[in-house]
Amino acid sequence: MTDASTNALTAAQVAHVARLARLEIDHAAAERYRGQLAAVLGHIAKLDAVDIQGVEPMAHPFESSNRLAEDEPTAGMPVEDLLRNAPAAEGRFLAVPKVLAEES
Amino acid sequence: MAPELMDLTAMRDRVAAGELKAEDLCARALADASRHAGLNAYHETFADEAMDAARRVDADRAAGRPLPPLAGMTVAVKDNVATRRGRTTCSSRMLEHYRSPFDATAVERLERAGAIVIGKTNMDEFAMGSSGEHCRWGRVANPWDTRRVPGGSSAGSAAAVAAGLCAAAIGSDTGGSIRQPASFCGIVGLKPTYGRISRWGLVAFGSSLDQIGPMTRSVRDAALLLDAMSGVDERDSTVADRPPTAIADRVEMPIDSLRVGIPRQYMSDANDPEVNAAVQASAEAFRAQGATVVEVDLPLTDVGISTYYVIAPAEASSNLARYDGIRYGHRAAITPGEDLAALYARSRSEGFGPEVQRRIMLGTYMLSSGYYDAYYRRALQVRRRIKEEMDRAFASCDVLLGPTAPSPAFPFGSNADPLAMYLCDVYTVNTNIAGICGISLPAGYAEREGAMLPVGVQLQANAFEEERLLRAARMLERGMADRVGAHRPPWAA
Repeated sequence: MTDASTNALTAAQVAHVARLARLEIDHAAAERYRGQLAAVLGHIAKLDAVDIQGVEPMAHPFESSNRLAEDEPTAGMPVEDLLRNAPAAEGRFLAVPKVLAEES
Repeated sequence: MAPELMDLTAMRDRVAAGELKAEDLCARALADASRHAGLNAYHETFADEAMDAARRVDADRAAGRPLPPLAGMTVAVKDNVATRRGRTTCSSRMLEHYRSPFDATAVERLERAGAIVIGKTNMDEFAMGSSGEHCRWGRVANPWDTRRVPGGSSAGSAAAVAAGLCAAAIGSDTGGSIRQPASFCGIVGLKPTYGRISRWGLVAFGSSLDQIGPMTRSVRDAALLLDAMSGVDERDSTVADRPPTAIADRVEMPIDSLRVGIPRQYMSDANDPEVNAAVQASAEAFRAQGATVVEVDLPLTDVGISTYYVIAPAEASSNLARYDGIRYGHRAAITPGEDLAALYARSRSEGFGPEVQRRIMLGTYMLSSGYYDAYYRRALQVRRRIKEEMDRAFASCDVLLGPTAPSPAFPFGSNADPLAMYLCDVYTVNTNIAGICGISLPAGYAEREGAMLPVGVQLQANAFEEERLLRAARMLERGMADRVGAHRPPWAA
């Protein structure tokens, strides 16, 4: 990951990442991100110098087993409360713009 | 001392004794928040509700009813902590109109302890930033010098506490977002151990790093707020299975034979001279109270930033995937014929600011196929090494002493390069990476362009050692009182 070829991101890579991240990025922004991300990735290459041979990844600060809740029904949040934040709603449903093409 | 610069504990005691009225304190804080609107500390205040609540406390006292520990005390809440009242915007266009259907557990517990939520404070968008400049509602200014940043991301909370616009505040800390602004604004900021306070209602950024914590004008206030907020919560399965802390009653007790470790890697020549001087003065203050000060070795200090800027953006890119413009948050317009992916992408690109998009891009890249092992997995392996290194250090000392940040508050716009801004977090990120606790408290001043700027120092203790941390911090606060008490922020006049 430290070789120059990965730190120097290509425009195609930036476009690919933007697509994965569900972001709409214009050409100027893509160019800006290309330089900024490469600089951060270059710094992150410091990790390569750390000996990690045989070290278990630590995803969480403390290892604890799952805590299970009692299997008892509890009241959920009222639909009206949740729909209050919806960009668009119809009755008890979220409304979204038409996104499927007409069947021909 | 003017009432607005008393600490919360003093205000509370004087309200309980009938010497001050909660109503007057609340009115004063609200008036000062308006008068100092230029600081841009608050996104909104809840004047009517707060005044009503304060009057009820005064009435309770007059009627001889027992008062809870935070009775009538105004607390400002960072805008990424959910409150049923007002909005919870994360200082983002994405959540501009968002009204939480519930209160965060931390807020619920503060209110149960008698606190009054006075308003929501501005922050770096989604808690991503170290300067308070990345805020949709305008940048937040430092009460000590309004040409300078208050630090971030809990920028408004720090400014409000420093300027006396509330009795205390809460912030969140993912890589230093409570401690660094506390240092820049001359207040106390505590990042509790991961799992000490429920994250229910804290908008997720880096789920394995985030913690809510108090931002206060004294160490004893921090203890009081921690006691009120900590403890098991069935709504957050990552809270440690431990009872609430009970430190406020013990915080004045000095620790016998305290061992203070100064990591040699923290005393870098790259720090501003006043920062290293504040650490040395703190070491002296500890020695004067019978503590032993030893040098310790933390060779992995330097890779903390690299580790953090893998883990935090990776977790953020995953957490922020929920903002898609469908169920809540900003929704962009699409033209007929465009698909769902266009709706998601446009909503996100319009809703998120540049720093948030940058971190989402970074995290997405590092989690993408072919790069996961090289970045994310490796960072998690280094994380364990950092944790083990901390554990070794804590075998030979009780607390670690060092700088909170390499410099005092910097001028607006001076860290425009993202990487330069990230490097400011060098002394705070490892606390979150290891999941331990840390506190920043005032320890001196640096004069810049005619302004006196506060300089904080940081103490860290191992996981769930908050009592030790806060008692040591109280010793330091006592020992540094003469040095620290000399100045006050001009905007708190």
